[in-house]
Amino acid sequence: MLSIRNLSKTFSSAGEPVHVLRGVDLDLRDGERIALTGESGSGKSTLLHLIAGLDAADSGTIRLADIEITKLSDAGRASLRRDRIGLVFQQFNLIPSLSVADNLAFQARIADRHDAAWTKELVERLGLGALLKRYPEQLSGGQQQRVAIGRALATKPSLLLADEPTGNLDETTAENVLALTRDLVARTGCGFLMVTHSLHLAATLDRHVTLHAGRIA
Amino acid sequence: MRRALWVLAVLLSHWRRHKMQFATLLVGLIAATALWSGVQAINQQARNAYDRAAATFGGARTAMLVAPASATFPQELFVKLRRAGWPVSPALEGRVQINGRSLRLLGIEPVTLPVDVGNAPRLGAADLSSFVAPPGQTLVARETLSDLQEQEGAAPPTSDGATLPPLRVLPQLVPDVLVVDIGVAQRLLNKPDQLSRLLVGKPKSKPAPLASVVGDQLQLIEPTAETELERLTDSFHLNLTAFGLLSFFVGLFIVNSAVGLAFEQRLPMLRTLRACGASARLVNTVLVVELVALALVAGLIGLSCGYFIAAALLPDVAASLRGLYGAQIPGQLTLRPEWWLAGIGISIAGALVAAATSLIKAIRMPVLATAQPRAWQQRQRRWLILQSLAASAVFAVALLLLRYGESLIAGFGLLAALMLGAALILPALLELILLAGQRTARRPLALWFWADSRQQLSGLSLALMALLLALAVNVGVSTMVETFSRTFIGWLNGRLAADVYISTSDNAQALAIRNWLRERSDVQAILSGGRAEAQVQGQPVELLGLPDHTLYRERWPLLDAAPRAWTRLAPGNAAFISEQLSRRLNVGIGDVVAVPAPGGTWELDIVGVYADYGNPKGQLAVNVAALMRQFPQTPQTRIGLIVAKENISGLIEALQKRFALGDRSVADQATVKAESIRIFNRTFAVTSALNAFTLGVAGIALFTSLLTLANSRLPQLAPLWAIGITRPRLAAIELTKTLSVALFTALLAVPLGLLVAWCLIAIVNVKAFGWRLPFHVFPLQLVELVAVALFASLLAALLPVARLARMQPANLVKVFANER
Repeated sequence: MLSIRNLSKTFSSAGEPVHVLRGVDLDLRDGERIALTGESGSGKSTLLHLIAGLDAADSGTIRLADIEITKLSDAGRASLRRDRIGLVFQQFNLIPSLSVADNLAFQARIADRHDAAWTKELVERLGLGALLKRYPEQLSGGQQQRVAIGRALATKPSLLLADEPTGNLDETTAENVLALTRDLVARTGCGFLMVTHSLHLAATLDRHVTLHAGRIA
Repeated sequence: MRRALWVLAVLLSHWRRHKMQFATLLVGLIAATALWSGVQAINQQARNAYDRAAATFGGARTAMLVAPASATFPQELFVKLRRAGWPVSPALEGRVQINGRSLRLLGIEPVTLPVDVGNAPRLGAADLSSFVAPPGQTLVARETLSDLQEQEGAAPPTSDGATLPPLRVLPQLVPDVLVVDIGVAQRLLNKPDQLSRLLVGKPKSKPAPLASVVGDQLQLIEPTAETELERLTDSFHLNLTAFGLLSFFVGLFIVNSAVGLAFEQRLPMLRTLRACGASARLVNTVLVVELVALALVAGLIGLSCGYFIAAALLPDVAASLRGLYGAQIPGQLTLRPEWWLAGIGISIAGALVAAATSLIKAIRMPVLATAQPRAWQQRQRRWLILQSLAASAVFAVALLLLRYGESLIAGFGLLAALMLGAALILPALLELILLAGQRTARRPLALWFWADSRQQLSGLSLALMALLLALAVNVGVSTMVETFSRTFIGWLNGRLAADVYISTSDNAQALAIRNWLRERSDVQAILSGGRAEAQVQGQPVELLGLPDHTLYRERWPLLDAAPRAWTRLAPGNAAFISEQLSRRLNVGIGDVVAVPAPGGTWELDIVGVYADYGNPKGQLAVNVAALMRQFPQTPQTRIGLIVAKENISGLIEALQKRFALGDRSVADQATVKAESIRIFNRTFAVTSALNAFTLGVAGIALFTSLLTLANSRLPQLAPLWAIGITRPRLAAIELTKTLSVALFTALLAVPLGLLVAWCLIAIVNVKAFGWRLPFHVFPLQLVELVAVALFASLLAALLPVARLARMQPANLVKVFANER
């Protein structure tokens, strides 16, 4: 479903080029769950951002099903994120002025793919029923991350990307959140690529790949 | 569309959670629109009145034929021109006295009146016959009817014993004008078969050349776009506009501050929107739509407020324009649709300008950059340098304008440059003061006090700039008005030499009164004056006849005089010139002015220059006997009397009883003085009101800035609370900080305000009115203004500080809980 070939990305830092990705090749099949690990600065988040179309690659290709992401315009990439990709961040990135219910439905409504039954199921599975009227600042970190996962999956994306989704959570909460995510990914059948530092959590997914010096090791 | 609505709903949800910020944004937009549109409404009202004056059945906006050498010409010329195909219409103009008031009488011929005489009031077909057929009608403005204390339908007599046709109100007519049929005018003015001018319409075909029909008896005057009145009042309206603009910009400061903070707070939301697939174009478009919608709502509220402000200020503005320029402005507000559209437009444009930086930042925002709340504060140093450079450039422009500027616009330009430069340099000056404080501080809390004040500076700088400008304008205008007030009262004491003033309806009554007064032992001296009008170097000039009396020699407000000036005035070949005419004609002591008089040119040596504040006309003061010789037709209807103080009221009572004189026709010096001072005070009432408004808006700007900043202050304050400083103490420190920067700003505003006052007195007033006042400083007034500024700052700071003092510890703990 996801096919990455010879992907490269270079940043400039203090006038010096920093080669973050140096020809990454990676494939992810339908419904496959992959953990991406690597030391700090190895390019994990950069790779995730390129797949999500949040940034543009210098060279190489990324294909999601029949779409070549690397050839899309900014508007095309926005459309792709809206309709086909779910994103979960370490810092949750909920909209502070919207209630939990509105945050959950938010991306689906923007994508015009709101499905009330599916949202209801998400609320139940994520245990958010009692929190729907609250605002993000009134939630704990684990609760906020569950809302963020719900928001990402509300559109029934074909690919869920998560960047250190448990980085701000304690160990128990992190395991619970990831378990919920795995269940929901299985329920929707979407692909799942998660960046993590935790080898323990990485081991709970189907496959574990490591980035080292800008390449898949 | 649904997608856009969703994004809009998300953006709007921010305001639901930040109600005070939303209120701030609206208040800024409303204040900016209200004050700007209020001033524009007043200006529009005045300009409409000038248009009406200019177009009253053919004013300066209509082409006309006049006699080059005399005031009137024979009616037969009109007939000749009509026969030759000229679309002309006759008019006769003169003055009549009714109920002791002198009014302009205008005779017209409605049938031939050109349809294209500017904004001339129209007479409907039904009204035409009642206007022309006996007894005819006298058309008047509603204000004139009220001034005459008459009812519609009344037929008041003139001072000559003739009777006017019944009065009828024509609302769009200019005040102080009576419009009658041409035949009636010829009878009332005793000018049978005479005309003052012929109004020229647009010819359907080319008529015969003028000279071939009437020779050189008539000359064509082309219409002018701007009337003399408009030229004279330009400075006043410019002044009002400057106030309106200042308030508008202060309002925009508030908007800028609120929008800036809202954008900073919403940056993470914008990134999330983008990350969730809302395209940059969609988000940016919706941001603009949201701003325009808010500006539209605020603009409508602001316009309504502007209407009420204008309606409240208009009577004072009308009094100012009447007092300073003799312009008649109706006291009732009528507005054109353009005003409403322009108001909405200015609100939207203002909002977009105020939000431009934030919008550009949002448009350029990379979707991946991490949120940096108030990142703009970090660029403070670079901004201070850039602002200081810009201030230096603006000050250089001010110097150039001071050195080379000649016009009134250059004077206002200088004022604007001074204030803009001062506003730009203010943050750098405050930074230097606070840095000096920081370097001298030893105790840790004092060190934090100064350092934190510096950090807060960028967030407060716009509000402080607004405070600086409002205070400087207050100091400048108050100093100017107080200087003017004191000079005016001193001048009035000199000008009002007589103890009792009499104004008669005609020469016959004046003669009878004079004869009666000569018989009375309580009258020490009878001072007869007179006024005539002439044209000198193309300028209308009033000739004032002064009696040769020691009282005048002692009190007349001469600014400069040649040796033995009063002795040289007596024979009649010398004159004093008013300051404004002296500047206008560039004439001084030792020069000769040639005045066209009925008996030939009257050459007058200028032997003195005197102050004549508040008079829009240029004036030459001459010996009254000489004036009567040169202008024998001058009415001698004004009489001044020297009377012992204890006899004044008895004499006035006797005069009123004997000659049926009203309060308007006879008054003692104290009454005239009190009336003059009342008019003076009313003239500057509008300035005081606008001053107060501007200071009020600056206070709101400071309040809103403090309030919005207060929300982002917790990370700075929480660590201090954590190490043992109580919340009330923290609140006290915050209050002291606000008052300190406000005090520094107010102290900087004082010299700037005095500079503004000097510019107003020495440059703007001289260019606008032609007179220069002595420059005085009033220390008590300055202390009062600084105290008012501090009080306004205290009020502005009170709510955020009270919130801090009452803040629950849980809110402060959150700062650490959210730390990443």
